[in-house]
Amino acid sequence: MKRLGIRPLRHQMADSLADKLNEQLKSDVDSPMTDEEAFSFAGFDAENAERGGYSGYSYWGSTIRAFCQNKIAVFFLIVMVAVLAFTFIQPYLPGQKDPLLIHNDQWGLPLNNIPPSEEFWFGTNAIGQDLWARIWAGTRTSLFIGFSVAMVEAVVGILVGVLWGYVRKLDFFFTELYNVLDNIPQTLLLILISYVLKPGVSTIIFALSLTGWLGMARFIRNQIIIIRDRDYNLASRCLGIPTWRIIAKNLLPYLVSVITMRMALAIPSAIGNEVFVTYIGIGLPVDTPSLGNLIQTGRSLMTMASLRYQLYFPVLVLVVITVSFYIIGNAFADAADPKNHVK
Amino acid sequence: MAKYITKRVLRSLITMLIIITILFALLRLMPIEGYFENFDKMSATQIQVKLNTLGLTDPLPKQLLRFYRQLLQGDLGESNVYRKGVAITTIIAEKIPISLQLGLISLAIALALGLPLGILMARSTRTRFKIGDKLGTVFIVLIQAMPSAVYHILIQFAGSQTYIGKEILGLPMLFDAANPRSYILPVISLSIGNIAYYAMWLRRYMVDEANKDYIRLARAKGVPNGAISRRHVFRNAFVPLVQYIPNSILFTLMGSLYVESLYSVPGMGGLLVTAIKRQDNTLVQALVLIYAVISILGLLFGDILMGIVDPRISFTKKEGSR
Repeated sequence: MKRLGIRPLRHQMADSLADKLNEQLKSDVDSPMTDEEAFSFAGFDAENAERGGYSGYSYWGSTIRAFCQNKIAVFFLIVMVAVLAFTFIQPYLPGQKDPLLIHNDQWGLPLNNIPPSEEFWFGTNAIGQDLWARIWAGTRTSLFIGFSVAMVEAVVGILVGVLWGYVRKLDFFFTELYNVLDNIPQTLLLILISYVLKPGVSTIIFALSLTGWLGMARFIRNQIIIIRDRDYNLASRCLGIPTWRIIAKNLLPYLVSVITMRMALAIPSAIGNEVFVTYIGIGLPVDTPSLGNLIQTGRSLMTMASLRYQLYFPVLVLVVITVSFYIIGNAFADAADPKNHVK
Repeated sequence: MAKYITKRVLRSLITMLIIITILFALLRLMPIEGYFENFDKMSATQIQVKLNTLGLTDPLPKQLLRFYRQLLQGDLGESNVYRKGVAITTIIAEKIPISLQLGLISLAIALALGLPLGILMARSTRTRFKIGDKLGTVFIVLIQAMPSAVYHILIQFAGSQTYIGKEILGLPMLFDAANPRSYILPVISLSIGNIAYYAMWLRRYMVDEANKDYIRLARAKGVPNGAISRRHVFRNAFVPLVQYIPNSILFTLMGSLYVESLYSVPGMGGLLVTAIKRQDNTLVQALVLIYAVISILGLLFGDILMGIVDPRISFTKKEGSR
């Protein structure tokens, strides 16, 4: 064991609580106070007698503090904010090109497959469109899909989850519905719907939203069942507070962190699914630039070494976005867990 | 137990029925071109006659009933475009062995690498610098966060390049049943996601399990480390993973949609993509159906197997009940 650099077990047994108790004990024992000082009678203080308990604990404050302790997550947060901001500012910057415009030279021939240069930062594609502009336009499309799916998931998931958890009569119905729907493979539904309906942004959003809310609804339902009959909710009910107000004021604030986390994770998976359906040929039409489209085009040119830049750039942007969302989502979930707030 | 299984099977049957009906309804909405090989060259009467022989002009409930009856007889219809007039069952019978072979090899590799990786990572969380855990986490995060479409492309690309004077790598980009070297890249692509998946969950469950009181007691008692990991932590941590194994095995029948078409493996996954691209309605319908049956059976077996492995799971109590 020693050889491997693993500490002996006995040392690991001393957990942090025991350490703390020992320290406390030591400081108490070593305290310079004499018995008279330590055990003198306290005089009556009217002000102190009225003082209530107060804790400086703030949930969001602690969440943010815990999140900031995770240096990697903070780094990715900065990267993500920068990329997102740039994606939306990019069209308004000076000297940007139209993602759909085909660039021609002075003889009217298309400037196709130009490697990255000063004029075309990321080069041009096979028909002479500017890859730099297309990548950012594609990122906007993909992010739009991701955010829309996450929104639908949040709205439907919260609505169904709250009803499922709070209204006892609906529990059986929703549980059976969930058990049946949960068996349907999502990829399958995605393929079927994209195959049958007209390809487009709204089709993909629809197909992904159709089952995306299931996980969210189930999670919220489980949480609500746990906290539904806590004393403070019982008190509210006894005082005649309307149900919607109990839900909005007592239950949902408790779940905000979970909802945010699930939304953050829904975005990269929606973007990934878009890439997937585009690959199997039922994704977005070619004239709508999206990361899926760009990667698909890049992939088909992979065998030609000089054209590989058309694969590298979209893949790079895609990976940066999905990895940052994933890491931020997970780090936020850890930070939002009150168990991690006590050090 | 018997009661639970009956209930679970019934539920799966209902799901199947729903999926079949949805599938039926969706495919009636499709343009009819998917039933013809050369739609553009045919006259309106020819089209009508063909539709009549296919029974597509009958009233919908009648069509639906016939659809159910055919399925019960194991008749999936004939391909219209992909290989005209050939029974779909014949096509599938040729494709399944290829997918199965690749799938089982990569599943075996995924288990053989993923489980030890998970164990190593879980053990490493108890060392001072947690280097093994950190490296493993980077790998898992990359694989989990990157869309699978992207890392498959990168694997295909990186593996097919030649490095340092043509000798190293340079593996074939496309699959060829006769050339064993061409198996390597598809197998890596197929297994890498599962390696990350099994490692991630095994590590998580093992870390949770190792913090439980009975493990502390065992340590305090002086039970050797290896015995604790092997006999207590691993065995308990593996239970939740058991659920996924039947699913993984069954899914090898279908192959991977993406990997198979990327490496042109002539298997089931590639077939679905081809059928979609060539708009062969009956073939898409049949494949989607098989896909659905497989995933539903996988979940069913997974739940049952988990109950057998872990006697603590109660079957009488309704899930999440109060």
